[in-house]
Amino acid sequence: MSLGFLAGRIGLFLTVVLTAITINFIVAHAVPGDPIGGILAQLGSRGETVENTAEIVAEYRARFGLDEPILVQYGKYVLNTLRFDLGTSITYFPESVTQAIGRALPWTLGLLTVATLIAFALGSVLGAVLAWTGTPRLVKAFTPALMIFSAIPYYLLALILLHVLGVWAKLFPLGGGRSLGVAGAFDLGMMLDLAYHAFLPGLSIVLAGLGFWALAMRGAMINVLDEDYLILAEAKGLSPRRIFFAYGMRNAMLPQVTHLALSLGTIASGSVLVEVAFTYPGIGFLLYDALRGSDYFMIQGICMFLVLTVALAVLVLDLLYPLIDPRITRR
Amino acid sequence: MSSIAPVTRSNVSSSILRAVSLLPQNPKLSMGLILLGLLVAVAAIGPLLVDTRLALPISVRTNQPPSLKHWLGTDSGGRELFAVLVSSMPQTLRLGLVAGLAGVFVGSLLGLLAGYFGGLVDKIIGTATDVMLTIPPLAILLIVASSVRTISIDVMALIIAALAWMHSARAIRAQVLSLRERPYVDIARISGMSNLRIALFEVLPNLFPLIMSGFVGAVSAGILAALGLEVLGFGPQDTPTLGMTVYWALLYGAFGRNMWWWWLPPIVVLAILFVALFLISAGLDEAVNPRLRRDS
Repeated sequence: MSLGFLAGRIGLFLTVVLTAITINFIVAHAVPGDPIGGILAQLGSRGETVENTAEIVAEYRARFGLDEPILVQYGKYVLNTLRFDLGTSITYFPESVTQAIGRALPWTLGLLTVATLIAFALGSVLGAVLAWTGTPRLVKAFTPALMIFSAIPYYLLALILLHVLGVWAKLFPLGGGRSLGVAGAFDLGMMLDLAYHAFLPGLSIVLAGLGFWALAMRGAMINVLDEDYLILAEAKGLSPRRIFFAYGMRNAMLPQVTHLALSLGTIASGSVLVEVAFTYPGIGFLLYDALRGSDYFMIQGICMFLVLTVALAVLVLDLLYPLIDPRITRR
Repeated sequence: MSSIAPVTRSNVSSSILRAVSLLPQNPKLSMGLILLGLLVAVAAIGPLLVDTRLALPISVRTNQPPSLKHWLGTDSGGRELFAVLVSSMPQTLRLGLVAGLAGVFVGSLLGLLAGYFGGLVDKIIGTATDVMLTIPPLAILLIVASSVRTISIDVMALIIAALAWMHSARAIRAQVLSLRERPYVDIARISGMSNLRIALFEVLPNLFPLIMSGFVGAVSAGILAALGLEVLGFGPQDTPTLGMTVYWALLYGAFGRNMWWWWLPPIVVLAILFVALFLISAGLDEAVNPRLRRDS
């Protein structure tokens, strides 16, 4: 891996993070008045008592150094965010936003990683099969259905699944991450319970993702199948299976991985809403809770966290890319 | 020089004519346009069939299932759900249109500049595109929405447009890179046309199908982003929208209470809308890249 490539990728990562931080900073300062005071006053007027009001305001002023020059404030803010110091929750004061995220993160990470990997792998194979000339017409007839699934946003699909399989068929729970009383030992029963609760949210992510990956793969595979080296491979008498996997899919996968890196942001946004639909106790639901409770720092903190993790994931994918495509380092 | 302008215009109109004449051979594009036309028709005719004032809260009896009087029933806030649906569809379509137009304009312009001039310009625009593609749009929208508290549908459309130009910029840039090597661009250059004139009058018309496809993509991305914001309760509070209807349904537990008439219609309308936009975009892609037509 060349040094220039590495520097470029890390530079992009830093630019992404800095841009997001800067947007956040500008927005917070462009709003007239003191946002935290305004929100606390608004909560008060709704008759909700917020404890430790004075401490929260003091914490806020100290954190942003509101009496210091604006560039100093900006510098402090950037440093804090880069150290994952995302402020203190209003609702759960004095718990920090980072602690709250740490509590919710395993749920989201587990659900999202498994569901996305299944969708990505299944979709890629399916898409390659759909482009393959030897595939029966009956299988190819699934393409339109895949298109419809890929066009409908995750969470709308999630709501329909919730109603059909949860409310009508009563096959799956309507929400939550696990059953009450099961918490405790990490054994087979608990694993099954977790999988049972994650099934519907996972299924909606897989169904929507499946269509997207299959269609993208189909497009890439059609282009690869026209290449001369495929004809040569056939002429050499290689088995169709070998041509399909080693010559076709291997090359058509490259744009898929780029796609994956580019769509991580959308995937993360979509899963936030899936969690809301299923009251799944991950980052998305934490965000929803924060939005309902006007927990300003928590909202901002979670948004910054989303940006940081997506940027980090893109960086990792970018750095892994030369492993699957050796040509990339020669640029 | 004056002879160049008419040629350009006929370039654009011939692209449009070619696209229309290809419609029967492009089932995806036709199907998408028909579905979209259907939605537009409902949005246009609907207000004649129902009093849209019933879309406001506390105007009818709450929690009524669909009946002859209330076609799609009523919700827990006392809104007539058919009236809500009819009056929110134009909002959604308008938001998509504004976000799409602004997004594709910015995207095409940046893509054209990056592809045509190359070098430093290309590098700066390319980096900006990559950066904005990485940041989840919902994160920025939520940061803005949670700071300003109240957001109107037009402000929302503009913020969303600022987040919907990247795919267009990318696609246009790639196409410009290939177009600018074509012989007719060389001829224009030799004959003394300025860079700007070549970019606007020789290259731009040939990007028409791609710009259309980018427009549809930006509309779709815009509606999707707005929907995400609305489902989280951050939509406009004073005008009914499809996303806010889903938000209210979730908030008042319409699922557990089996009130399917509350959440199903907006979801069906949105699903049809997204499928229509997808089909139009796929149809346009096929028109540009004939290889995709195989076996479909």
